[in-house]
Amino acid sequence: MAQTTVKEKTIVSGIAGWFKKTFGPKYWDSLKFSLYCITHPLDGFWDLTHEKRGTYAAANTILFLTILVRILALKYTSFVFIRVYWEDINIFLYIASILFPLLLFVIGNWATTTLFDGKGKLGQVYIGTCYALTPYPLMQFPLMIISNVITVNEAQFYTVLAGLSLVWCGLLIIAAMGQIHEFSGAKNILFMIFSLFAMLVIIFILMIFFSMVTQALGYFYSLYREFMFRV
Amino acid sequence: MKKPVILTIKRIGALMAAAALGIMTVPMHSQAMEHRSYTYIYDYWGDVQDTPDVYEVFNVYTSAELGLDVRMNNPSGLTVAGDKVYICDTGNNRVVVLGTDPDLGLVLLDEFDSIKGAPDNNSLSGPTDLAVSEDGNIFIADKGNNRILKVDPDLHYIMEFTLPVDSALSADTIFLPNKIVVDTAERVYCICDGVNKGLLKYEPDGTFAGFIGATKAPYDLIDYIWKKFATQEQIDRMPVDVPTEYSNIYMDYEGFIYASVPVSDAQALDDLKVDSVRRLNLLGNNILVNNGEWLNCGDIYWGSAGGYSGPSMFSDVTAMENDIYVCLDRNRGRLFGYDDQGRMVFAFGGNGNMDGYFRRPIGIDHIGYDLLVLDSADCSLTYFVLSDFGKNIYGAIDNFDSGKYEESAALWQKVLDIDGNYDLAYIGLGRAYLRQENYAEAMKYFEIKYDDDNWSKAFKEYRKEWVQSHLFITVLVLLLIFLVPLGIEKFRNMKIEIATSDVFRFPDPEDNMTRAEIREYHKKQRQEYREREKAKKEARKLAKLNSSNR
Repeated sequence: MAQTTVKEKTIVSGIAGWFKKTFGPKYWDSLKFSLYCITHPLDGFWDLTHEKRGTYAAANTILFLTILVRILALKYTSFVFIRVYWEDINIFLYIASILFPLLLFVIGNWATTTLFDGKGKLGQVYIGTCYALTPYPLMQFPLMIISNVITVNEAQFYTVLAGLSLVWCGLLIIAAMGQIHEFSGAKNILFMIFSLFAMLVIIFILMIFFSMVTQALGYFYSLYREFMFRV
Repeated sequence: MKKPVILTIKRIGALMAAAALGIMTVPMHSQAMEHRSYTYIYDYWGDVQDTPDVYEVFNVYTSAELGLDVRMNNPSGLTVAGDKVYICDTGNNRVVVLGTDPDLGLVLLDEFDSIKGAPDNNSLSGPTDLAVSEDGNIFIADKGNNRILKVDPDLHYIMEFTLPVDSALSADTIFLPNKIVVDTAERVYCICDGVNKGLLKYEPDGTFAGFIGATKAPYDLIDYIWKKFATQEQIDRMPVDVPTEYSNIYMDYEGFIYASVPVSDAQALDDLKVDSVRRLNLLGNNILVNNGEWLNCGDIYWGSAGGYSGPSMFSDVTAMENDIYVCLDRNRGRLFGYDDQGRMVFAFGGNGNMDGYFRRPIGIDHIGYDLLVLDSADCSLTYFVLSDFGKNIYGAIDNFDSGKYEESAALWQKVLDIDGNYDLAYIGLGRAYLRQENYAEAMKYFEIKYDDDNWSKAFKEYRKEWVQSHLFITVLVLLLIFLVPLGIEKFRNMKIEIATSDVFRFPDPEDNMTRAEIREYHKKQRQEYREREKAKKEARKLAKLNSSNR
């Protein structure tokens, strides 16, 4: 008599089943793969692009969760750690303060590495960066809850763990870029620095662009007014 | 300007986003936050909050109003001793003595321009300050005659203090005593013009006891390194870091000396390298507590408006019995009150000619909780009394200090009813509730004004109480945290055991049974299992019965 294993039915498998039914099995697997990526960065990020284990949907989800946790933290972290001057908060600017540097980095990184044998495509860089952000919502959300039950004397726990989540993210981004572009360690670090410079250059060009556009619009507007005045 | 205490998201979020989008933001100082009302405070965020007047002008005394024959001319010293007010009328070489009166406030008692029985010179020349000891002896800084006189209450000469012989002072220094205070043992502390080594201290017998409380020279590492490489000529041309001189001193009821420093170097103030006001102990160390969210340097926005720019320059300071000290800003003609923790109680005043405004405020002192301000350009003395709002604040502080926490809370509540933007009231209420062991309420008030230290004190107790009252749940949760993983393990093992037991063995897949048939099969298996167990039980019972019968 051959023996079949009993399928365990737990809460997790229930959620997984719902996700699979709703978004398709690929989505759930790729989202779950982020957990493997953050614990086995080199192996994980290699498979992420080369084995096509990552999806845009999962990357977007992680980015969305990151932004969500960041916004929630404004309101629900204890005032001991975060004090918000609500009059100055613009939610769109606040979201932009995460999205804009991220997009700058993705574009800057792709733009520099693609000139120097980087194997990653723009989309892959985006997916890799988003997957590398996983520890942020994963750690900051529980920290947000914990922050409400600790005092100033115990603040070190929070600050150390919060700092750790950022360091973890940073290391993951470096690892991800190295694997995606198939760079060696030193070359990878070098191109991370290049990416930062590329970001600055992009900002500079954008500033010039916008000021030029403003001036040009102003010129045509005054031309129009002059014209209307004469006519 | 902000004390570097904690990362706040006041402007960081906006700034980051703005910087990311490439928009330049205006630095904080240039945002001239000019106030609208006479009295104001800085709230937690440093925003100007208009408040009702804490002090009101009771009267402004000019020479004519006091009945002086000769108009006052450039008065520069103001001292309150007991119920007498002394004004050093420097330009007329005299001292004007005023007495207190319940109806009129102040009345002229006496004026004198000379003393009796001095060995060489009886007349005063440009007296700048005066101090009265506990025994009633009067000390006069007789600046024009280069001496500090000690006379008895009837102005009979006792002794005088002159330029000390000290290696730190060159012999050709001219002794120009400007401001003096006297302690209970009649030791004299003196600010001397042209001496920047601190206060001169004299023993009661007139011997010089050294300098105390020298202000730190602003020190800069980069400057230091720069000087190491510069030539002597270059060093000579560099600005010299001279310690700032004190502008005035005041001895409080505990015998500590409050000293005001007219800071003109905005950068040094910004870098926390200089203090605007200090409280010196016997060794000359600064023991002033400065726990406020903002520095006790007067105005924190220095936008040039109305011809006045730069930081507040304190010309005098006085400290009351409730440990509130009031600094007088000669730059913008304002008074700044701080409590014992260095938190702002009030700021009011301004430059102008109306009552309650000043042209060149030079001295401040107090009678009880009433404030007196001497204006040397206007030659007038302004008498401030507490308003009803101010009485509530002071009453709340006094009640708290004397341990009447309920009364204190009630008064702070009154303050809040009048002005919901008054930060100290929230913290005061929180502290009162904390002392009454009403931790939840205390936490609420501390959180509103972001007082994390006090909040933590309250929360620690609150947490302790909560754990004690919810002991069962706490233990349960802790147990669950440890037991649930163990239980899961056990549960899994059981499942495997069941799966591998003979009873629930699955049918052979080669039989190709349908679901219904499998169900049927299991049912049969269970039936058989139950019957087998039943038989075993019967057998056990029988065996037991047999053994007991025997």
